[in-house]
Amino acid sequence: MPAFPKKWLIVLLVLGVVVPLLQPVLPNLVSDYRLFLVSTMMIAAIAVLGLNLLTGFNGQISLGHGAFYAVGAYIAAILMDQANFPYWATLPFAAVLCFIVGYLFGLPALKLEGHYLALATFALALAVPQILKYKWLEGLTGGVQGIVLNKPEVPFGLPLSEDQWLYYYCFIVMVFLYWAASNILKSRSGRAMMAIRDYHIAADTMGIDTALYKTVTFGISAAYTGIAGALSASAIAFVAPDSFNFFLSIKFLIGLVVGGVGSLAGSLIGGVFYVLVDNSAQALSTFVKNDLGLQFDLSAYTVFGILLIVLMYLMPMGIAGGVYALIRSFRRAAPVSPERSAPAATRKPAQAGESH
Amino acid sequence: MQTSRRGFIGGVSAAALLSGSVAYAQKKYDNGASDTEIKLGHAGPYSGPASAYGVIGKGIEAYWKSVNDAGGINGRKVNFITYDDGYNPAKCVEVVRQLVEQDKVLCCFNTLGTPSNTAIQKYMNTKKVPQLYVATGASKWGKPKEFPWTMGYQPDYHTEGVIYAKHILANIKEAKVGILMQNDDFGKDYLEGFKEGLGKDNQKLIVKLSTYEVTDPTVESQIIQLKDSGANVFFNIATPKFAAQAIRKAAEIDWKPAQYMTNVSASVAAVLKPAGFENAQGIITAAYLKDPTDKKWDNDEEMKTWRAWMDKWMPGANKGDANYVYAYSVAFLMHQTLKNCGSELTHANVMKQAASFNKLRVPLLLPGITVSTSATDFYPIQSVQLERFKGESWELFGEIMSAESA
Repeated sequence: MPAFPKKWLIVLLVLGVVVPLLQPVLPNLVSDYRLFLVSTMMIAAIAVLGLNLLTGFNGQISLGHGAFYAVGAYIAAILMDQANFPYWATLPFAAVLCFIVGYLFGLPALKLEGHYLALATFALALAVPQILKYKWLEGLTGGVQGIVLNKPEVPFGLPLSEDQWLYYYCFIVMVFLYWAASNILKSRSGRAMMAIRDYHIAADTMGIDTALYKTVTFGISAAYTGIAGALSASAIAFVAPDSFNFFLSIKFLIGLVVGGVGSLAGSLIGGVFYVLVDNSAQALSTFVKNDLGLQFDLSAYTVFGILLIVLMYLMPMGIAGGVYALIRSFRRAAPVSPERSAPAATRKPAQAGESH
Repeated sequence: MQTSRRGFIGGVSAAALLSGSVAYAQKKYDNGASDTEIKLGHAGPYSGPASAYGVIGKGIEAYWKSVNDAGGINGRKVNFITYDDGYNPAKCVEVVRQLVEQDKVLCCFNTLGTPSNTAIQKYMNTKKVPQLYVATGASKWGKPKEFPWTMGYQPDYHTEGVIYAKHILANIKEAKVGILMQNDDFGKDYLEGFKEGLGKDNQKLIVKLSTYEVTDPTVESQIIQLKDSGANVFFNIATPKFAAQAIRKAAEIDWKPAQYMTNVSASVAAVLKPAGFENAQGIITAAYLKDPTDKKWDNDEEMKTWRAWMDKWMPGANKGDANYVYAYSVAFLMHQTLKNCGSELTHANVMKQAASFNKLRVPLLLPGITVSTSATDFYPIQSVQLERFKGESWELFGEIMSAESA
């Protein structure tokens, strides 16, 4: 995957900062609800990025990232609820604790490869909601009742609505985390991570400490997802075990695959997809039933499934990979100066995870 | 003379009519209401672990269709917008925000699940949009002082637990109670009510508490444990599948305690039949709705009307599913509330009308049970009646009991 073009990145960043401020001018288009929805997309994008670091860049499969998300959310919620922490101060704690949990989980994971690792993480995703209900922890977690929180307040008397502030809060965190991730990937460690993914034994013989890199990657990945969880606790202002069912982990994985495995931009797309398609699948199924008058009850998940199959068929590299392939074939068709098009043509087809 | 007099009278009555219609025309609307439409919002689990309850949303949707078909409410059609939240509180917050901010509904109605409603309660009360007749039996929905925009519907689990405890204390000597409990808010609400009903001195009567998770395949080992504890009273706090398993297993291992079972699992078709009628004789439960699978109601007028309604508006649906009875009754109450609002369809007036029912008869409630609310009483149904299983149906006995008398 090529580096995201700089000028596009800047355009996106500027848009990201400016659009919420248009609320007084376009109250219907930039409504509080839409901003909230975009905030949840950004939170999902962070979680998918966390999973991508592990799966896309290090080749370890996880079906259990919902568990780290839950742990992050609960750490934030408990700190706010029991220790009166301000909401922003919970992020580093969630990150560190999730890193530790992820690192520790990464140790036994060293012995497990591929499907076996997927199953182990699957077990983790199933166990965490039950553990949260456990009676010894009930005093902290509120058991099945969960914890009710306050929404983040707008600081410094800024003239923003709660949702505008929530948006900026998530935006700042997301931009920082993406910047950090892209730096990690560009560094020696990032290259080591990808070398392990591509050919484990070769990486070993080159002197890369594969065990260390794998466990640390697991930790970082968990920390990213944990931060997303902590943000979600603030955004939803409520945590309960039912919010973190097994399907959450699957959705992260869907977001990852659909967005583009091994692509930073793909993680962002995956986060948007995760929220958007879930909602529009439902709208589509009611549309089919009520407006087209077809007498079968398509559940939203059926529509979701069909969309996924179509998408995977059309864009096997995920949306990021598909768009890149489209642009490339378009460029190849258009007359471009020979020096520029030559290297692009020799490049391998957008292989998942060729990050620069 | 004659004609002018007649004209005079005519003029007066016309004026009276006119003034009447002027009073009638004093319309006040908030978001979600207009001359032609009333928007109601709903979120329920059409997918996910609790999707069995999804039929409630479908039943309610059919109810509004039938209301609209008959001309709507005071000439306004009901636009019922329902979303799937998959029993996920985080998702529920999202869809309810969509209902309130994008769809701009007049009120949210019968949102389902204790965690989901907890997640949106603060939001609804900040937005001052009614969160009416929520579909959960938790005891925390009737607090008008803290949450003036939230109201429950069914009798709460806590009260029901108290009632069983009192009945045990009054009727069984040297009771030793074994409890099977689903390990979630539903189970815990019952347990707390039950303990409260026993009183502090009688906590020791509970000799064994076995729990199970909703994801467990069976509760057989728990029943064996309960038998071994020497309990002579069995309080069965389980959802239908597990309740049936428990009754069957107890009979299989020849454990014959006095059995109490929660209202949640009182369905004849879903629980008692699979458990085996011979194993279920004498079980006591508390009810507030008529069980559609109980033959006793076959000639009941309300039940007949409901069945005809089901045939017309929900063709092919399972008429033995008590959730449809529930949906019909709660939608009827919402219907009355909106009717009483007249043309003042504001958030505040909806809430005011919801809190001003005096002994309203809602169809399909047990005979003698009515809905009463007030500015300080946000529990619409507070009464239940005990019933005992005999032959192939439930037999009501004793007085109708309400929360106060419990």
